[in-house]
Amino acid sequence: MSWFTNAMSSTLGKKVIMALTGLFLVIFLVVHLSGNLQLLLDDDGKAFNVYARFMTSNPLIKTTSFILYASFLIHIIWAVILTINNKKARPVGYAKTKPSANSTWSSRNMGFLGTIVFIFLVIHLKNFWYVMHWGPITSVNYDGQEYRNLFATVEAVFSQWWYVALYVVSMIGLMFHLYHGFSSAFQTLGLNHVKYNPAIKFVGVAFAIIVPAMFAAIPIIIFLKTL
Amino acid sequence: MKITLKVWRQKNAQDKGGLKTYQLDDVSPDMSFLEMFDVLNEQLVKKGEEPVHFDHDCREGICGMCSMYINGQPHGPKQTTTCQLHMRSFKDGDTIVVEPWRAQAFPVVKDLVVDRTSFDRIIQAGGYVSVNTGGIPDANEIPIPKKIADEAFDSATCIACGACVAACKNASAMLFVSAKVSQLALLPQGKVERKSRVENMVAQMDAEGFGACTNTGACSAECPKEISLENIARLNREYIKAKSSSDNI
Repeated sequence: MSWFTNAMSSTLGKKVIMALTGLFLVIFLVVHLSGNLQLLLDDDGKAFNVYARFMTSNPLIKTTSFILYASFLIHIIWAVILTINNKKARPVGYAKTKPSANSTWSSRNMGFLGTIVFIFLVIHLKNFWYVMHWGPITSVNYDGQEYRNLFATVEAVFSQWWYVALYVVSMIGLMFHLYHGFSSAFQTLGLNHVKYNPAIKFVGVAFAIIVPAMFAAIPIIIFLKTL
Repeated sequence: MKITLKVWRQKNAQDKGGLKTYQLDDVSPDMSFLEMFDVLNEQLVKKGEEPVHFDHDCREGICGMCSMYINGQPHGPKQTTTCQLHMRSFKDGDTIVVEPWRAQAFPVVKDLVVDRTSFDRIIQAGGYVSVNTGGIPDANEIPIPKKIADEAFDSATCIACGACVAACKNASAMLFVSAKVSQLALLPQGKVERKSRVENMVAQMDAEGFGACTNTGACSAECPKEISLENIARLNREYIKAKSSSDNI
């Protein structure tokens, strides 16, 4: 084994991989949210459809999207590997535990919270990402140019109450996942300093609340408009 | 005080074991938790039963030998060692569940006694400073800033009791290893071997079968010596630095 694979396969190395992919996914959330917010513009989806075309055709974005797919897969697979190893580290459990005495609920349930996000992700990809790439999808004409009308797809999906409910529940899951994950990633990378710890903690908590809340607000607003 | 104890009894490493209930009718609130166990064992010996085996040594909170998982917390409800936990922390009529540390790397020897030599092997892998023979260096020959000395000493207060492993949902030894790596990495004497030390100690930690760190902070919250999570960040930092820059290929 080379020194690199050796380092990365240790428990610390595996956690570094979780932290790096996790932080990359955090950046992705910001990009994704800024795109989604265009759904709320009062232009019948023009800005959003132009943006969706750009995101699926720009070579730089396309390359980055493969890094993104890889980050998702690695983050999920490594999480499963770590969870299995962690369970093996305590083959016989305690008869009585009192976990609330020493740790937060979200920190102990990252796997459960991640699973909620994962299930949502599969449904979400099928509804939008798959449809955008391979259809069926309607077209729309802006200034003589043909665009895929992803906005119409989004409107149709968000008009179903159960999908909006699923979306909101998943965002709550994401909220708790980020609540622990954001600052935890910095700790795993060794980035702990009295000067910056409060900032990391504050930004982490603010991010965990604001970003999922804004994501969840979009389907709610669109659903209310379709009523 | 009347206390009902549910104690883990296990004949040997192969035995399946189980909780057994005992009744103590005259417990003084001034007794330490271990003295309460002494009273229980006297009762058991009088009745001709096998006393409960448990680890203890100094009973002053400094040796790290006692190791009981009391009512869901290592060393019980107070942030101290079991020997320094007193019965006044409990109420008359309480039921207390006492279990051994649970970790694959800490196999149960008997009852509440677990084998913690995995910690010793981690120390043997690099938790020391190699000393060359020769004259004794002058005490103040190497200047060390007070702040650094204090930090190193805070890390060095770890008594290797294993409460961090017992508290962690992953049975991770990160807090212990990080304290031992930190105390030496901070000081000039320890800096000479800092890269090989962290590489070898982490490798041994993994070989012993401890879990990974999820940063729940349970270890530090339960640590009788209040070893801080800053040590774990330092361990991560030391490890990443060592792995990316040491000449150990």
